[in-house]
Amino acid sequence: MLEVRDLEAGYGAARVLFGVDFAVREGEAVALLGRNGMGKSTTVKALCGIIRPWAGTIRLHGRDLSGLPSHRIGRAGIGLVPEGRQVFPTLTVEENLQATARPGLFTLPDVLELFPKLAERRHHLGTHLSGGEQQMVAIGRAIMTNPTLLVLDEATEGLAPLVRADIWACLDQLKSRGLAILVIDKHVRTLERFADRLVVLERGRVVWTGAATDLHAYGAVVDRYLHL
Amino acid sequence: MHDALELAATRPQSAALRSYAPALLIFVVLALVPPIALLGPEGYVLSLTTRMMILAIAVISLDLLLGHSGLVSFGHAAFVGLGAYVTGILITEGVVDAFTILGCVVAASALFALVTGAVSLRTSGVYFIMITLAFGQMLYFAASSLSAYGGDDGLTLWNNAQLLGTGVLDDPRGLFYAVLASLIGAFVLVDRLKGSRFGRVLNAAKSNPTRVTCLGFDVFRFRLAAYVIAGVLAGLAGFLSAVQTEFVSPATMSWHRSGELIVMVILGGMGSRNGALLGALAYVGLEELLSTYFAHWKLIFGPLLVLMVLYAKGGLGAVLAPLTGERPRG
Repeated sequence: MLEVRDLEAGYGAARVLFGVDFAVREGEAVALLGRNGMGKSTTVKALCGIIRPWAGTIRLHGRDLSGLPSHRIGRAGIGLVPEGRQVFPTLTVEENLQATARPGLFTLPDVLELFPKLAERRHHLGTHLSGGEQQMVAIGRAIMTNPTLLVLDEATEGLAPLVRADIWACLDQLKSRGLAILVIDKHVRTLERFADRLVVLERGRVVWTGAATDLHAYGAVVDRYLHL
Repeated sequence: MHDALELAATRPQSAALRSYAPALLIFVVLALVPPIALLGPEGYVLSLTTRMMILAIAVISLDLLLGHSGLVSFGHAAFVGLGAYVTGILITEGVVDAFTILGCVVAASALFALVTGAVSLRTSGVYFIMITLAFGQMLYFAASSLSAYGGDDGLTLWNNAQLLGTGVLDDPRGLFYAVLASLIGAFVLVDRLKGSRFGRVLNAAKSNPTRVTCLGFDVFRFRLAAYVIAGVLAGLAGFLSAVQTEFVSPATMSWHRSGELIVMVILGGMGSRNGALLGALAYVGLEELLSTYFAHWKLIFGPLLVLMVLYAKGGLGAVLAPLTGERPRG
């Protein structure tokens, strides 16, 4: 479904990605792993058009998205949950969700059923929510665009363990409904359970791709690149 | 679960209705002005109230940009002036049918907004302020140089627009109700726009345009559409102003006038439901009241506005918030 080939990108004169290759298949959950500064967020930014790729191709359902403006990439079916949540502060929970709504599988009642806490606080402004609730809004907002691929940059950053569990439970539900997910998170052990495949980035290159169940190979990868 | 959802959905409906109370009250009071004015200096009261309402239309249109979309346009009076000049020129040239004039005003305002918006909306922050100011001043000097239509001195209209061949707009009461109907129309239109997905996207883009773009919305197009709508409404205010005063002048589109419109939006409370309406009426009312009693009324008016900005940050809309239940949206 998503195919990233030889992706190169950076900021100003500083190159961060040196030919990243990976793919996400229909209904699959893929986790991008790597230490800080290895290019995970840059990959997401290039994928969503926030920064322009220097080279390489990004294809979604066979359509080349590389170099397209962000709004066209969003319309093509990539729904981004950004790092830091970035809920719209002057809109209520419901307005945050309705603002991005596009026809498709997920509607407002679906999202409110997925996140019962948001149903209780649907008329609260974005600024009057806890971090966990804001993250739920950010995920709900992306789902309301009815994407074919949900991309989460730091899915549970700065959240309490119980709230993190809620978020992962919700992501499990989305995955079970067939939504493809590309996720970045610091909690590698949770990603090992959640993701069908792991993609490990090191200095802007993919150094390993596989399932966490491939224990022998993965153990070496963890020791070498993730330092857990 | 569904019961809880329905309960949560219905609870704020009464609060939403309550938030319309000031506007409803204002419209009812305004509708009663002509009969009440019979008891006093009718001509003065009708003329002042009509001017207030015309300005309120311009302020409501500016609030769509300033309060709701975060676009500080410092050239909004240019649209008012453009509407007035199109009206003035057409009447001078013998075109007096109000709907024909209105059609030309809408077309001219929309075209000017489309062209200037397409350029200025590519900038942001202080650059947007400067470029809208520049476009406004450009139109101001263009109007000043129209020697065939009065130039610097302005243009007196020896005839007036006719509504369906009648002189309704020449009659102060007829004009009053035409302006009131336009004001209610502008209020409802902008309020509906703010509550629509279009409005929510604009409001979301005010705080984070990049995020809105990443969710699949072309912020530039949304803002341009809002800019054109606001320009057309301001042009309508210009049309009504020219019909009321039977005079158009470059002063209607000067940067001072744009500044006053911004002050009215701030005074009323940016982005609030009733703020633009309250701001325009309060500004003109206060200006009129102070100038009646004090020769140097601006010395009082200025500090009053400063105090308002310092101590009532959400403007009059926030002052009335405990009564209306409307929450300040930062």
